Amino acid sequence: MTDISAPRPSITPATPFVSTAFHEPQPAPVSTRGPILWARQHLFGSVPQVLLTLFGIWLVYVTVPPLIKFFLIDAVWTGTNRDACLAEKLGRPVGACWPFIWAKLDQLIYGFYPASERWRVNVVYWLGALLLLPLLIQSLPYKRLNAIAFFGVYPVVAFVLLTGGNLDLQRFVLGWLGVDFSTIGGAQGLRIGFWVDYVLSTVLLTAIAFGISRFLAGPEGGRSAAQTTLSVLGVLAVVLLAVDIDTGLPQVETRLWGGLLVTLVIAVTGITVSLPFGILLALGRRSKLQLVKWLCIIFIEFWRGVPLITVLFFATYMLPLFLPGRFTIDGLLRALVGVALFASAYMAEVVRGGLQAIPKGQYEGAMAVGLRSGLMMRLVVLPQALKLVIPGIVNNFIGLFKDTTLVLIVSIFDLLGSMRAAFTDPNWASPTTLFTGFGFAGIIYFVFCFGMSRYSMALEKRLDRAQRH
Amino acid sequence: MSTDPIIAEVEATAPKIAVEMTGVNKWYGDFHVLRDVNLTVERGERLVICGPSGSGKSTLIRCINRLEEHQKGRIVVDGIELTDDLKRIDEVRREVGMCFQHFNLFPHLTILENCTLAPMWVRKMPKKEAEDLAMHFLEKVKIPHQAHKYPGQLSGGQQQRVAIARALCMRPRIMLFDEPTSALDPEMVKEVLDTMVSLAQDGMTMLCVTHEMGFARQVANRVIFMDAGQIVEMNEPNAFFSNPQHERTKLFLSQILH
Repeated sequence: MTDISAPRPSITPATPFVSTAFHEPQPAPVSTRGPILWARQHLFGSVPQVLLTLFGIWLVYVTVPPLIKFFLIDAVWTGTNRDACLAEKLGRPVGACWPFIWAKLDQLIYGFYPASERWRVNVVYWLGALLLLPLLIQSLPYKRLNAIAFFGVYPVVAFVLLTGGNLDLQRFVLGWLGVDFSTIGGAQGLRIGFWVDYVLSTVLLTAIAFGISRFLAGPEGGRSAAQTTLSVLGVLAVVLLAVDIDTGLPQVETRLWGGLLVTLVIAVTGITVSLPFGILLALGRRSKLQLVKWLCIIFIEFWRGVPLITVLFFATYMLPLFLPGRFTIDGLLRALVGVALFASAYMAEVVRGGLQAIPKGQYEGAMAVGLRSGLMMRLVVLPQALKLVIPGIVNNFIGLFKDTTLVLIVSIFDLLGSMRAAFTDPNWASPTTLFTGFGFAGIIYFVFCFGMSRYSMALEKRLDRAQRH
Repeated sequence: MSTDPIIAEVEATAPKIAVEMTGVNKWYGDFHVLRDVNLTVERGERLVICGPSGSGKSTLIRCINRLEEHQKGRIVVDGIELTDDLKRIDEVRREVGMCFQHFNLFPHLTILENCTLAPMWVRKMPKKEAEDLAMHFLEKVKIPHQAHKYPGQLSGGQQQRVAIARALCMRPRIMLFDEPTSALDPEMVKEVLDTMVSLAQDGMTMLCVTHEMGFARQVANRVIFMDAGQIVEMNEPNAFFSNPQHERTKLFLSQILH
């Protein structure tokens, strides 16, 4: 051992010091940085920085002016057919052919939705915007009511408005079990037979739920299970009544839908279904119940393993071959289900990432105050996990929004599909039609995706501010 | 100092025996963490459990609210035997509060929300009542003015005091403390210990895993020394510190008391 008390010549002996003055806090120095100083620091600080800055300026120079020239300066703004956009007829270079877009705008927004019924689509658009915006703005009140309106009522209203409703429901549970009342007719598009079936089935299902839960969890459990079943079936009855009743609106088949309408229907459905479904799958995958866990793993890995195109193709062309004859499912609905399941599997893995980032102490803290696993997940774990993976979730939303365009291969014409259909019109064939069309479609997609991106960033900032460490 | 009426009322209705462990054994894989532990804690008792790291003291108290599962033996808490039955586990957790080394507050909720969460969702208490109760206990731990801040904005000592208040809001009959001051800066240890002392004065049944020997002397009825998963020595604090019997205890005390 070395003797630490031995003198070391290189160190000067310590001078005793006792602080005698208390230093009052002083304001931070005023920033002296002007724009020139800022530029010198951030743009021309070193040789590589200077080179990168010059490269950036060059990049802007070669891309922005030509785009402005094409889309604005040289663009044609009015006209009734291709002649307006031909350079040889105009005698000047021609940029974007905007009259083409104006002429095709209805087709791009509504597809082949009958012109006399397009007001219904407009109502759905506006209603959606009116319900969604206040939901996104934090400071506005009535969030719960608003959420019920948007996620519960709006889909039903939109469905009835867009399709015309009047589904002519025939059988509920008993009907499929062989006790058929469907021959009893009715009025207003409603079959009395179906509703007889519904009421009897409700009684039957409630009784079954009551019996099983009473057997498993005692009288209290039986009563609550019966109540739950009854209220679920009650809500379902209202929904079914809404889609079954004859509203007097002419039916519009989904194969007539198209353009932005289809893009939004698929994207919004995919987004709103995939998040809750993905959360359930992620929780299931981490469940201690082996059966649940493995079912979730198989589901997730299956949907992640096959390409969306295969899914859509299978759903559209192969599924009908396997289903019994009287079973026909609407083409758009099949694509919707395919997209929703596909997106859920992706979402599940994003959410699982967030769940894994929550420290064990949070689970223990929640358990120690007596929260059961369901409440623990809902109140403690998920709020933190979801906040962590907002970037990943929004990434998925944006990807999904753009992937909707793949439904084109099963002959559903979304925005881009309608655009490509419009290109085939010889009336508007010109050298710049294609660029104009794709440019316009690109702008629309960008507006939606950039909107989602900005909103998520604002959301992250808000949540961060509340919990800053 | 007057005792807290709520705690006094809760403790008055509790059964005479708070915790009873008989022949408790537990393994982590092949590692035998708890070996035949027998322990009875009466209502109102304050136990301090100490011992070297890895001796099973944390595991022992975490078995009491079933954060850890024992594999052999019986644990009866407040008259309820802990088994696989989830209902009993829920019941026990409602009656047993716990504070952790790293506080484990919920960072996405305000201090007040941290305190009202369990009373509202587990005890189904109306919001107003839960908030009044939370403010009562936040005042007891001397941080009512921080109620609307988030845990991340508080110091370690304040966070631990909030954790104590959060546990008290469930009106527990027993409080468990798992090294509550080990993660704190030296200057903050005292404020947490003071809170625990005042809790002891209210008559709360407490089991504390801690190395704060001053605290043990001041409030404990009994000190338990554990080593290698077993209770090696148990005595009232004065005798425990001045006259330890077991060699292992003597060695341990000589390491931590100078």
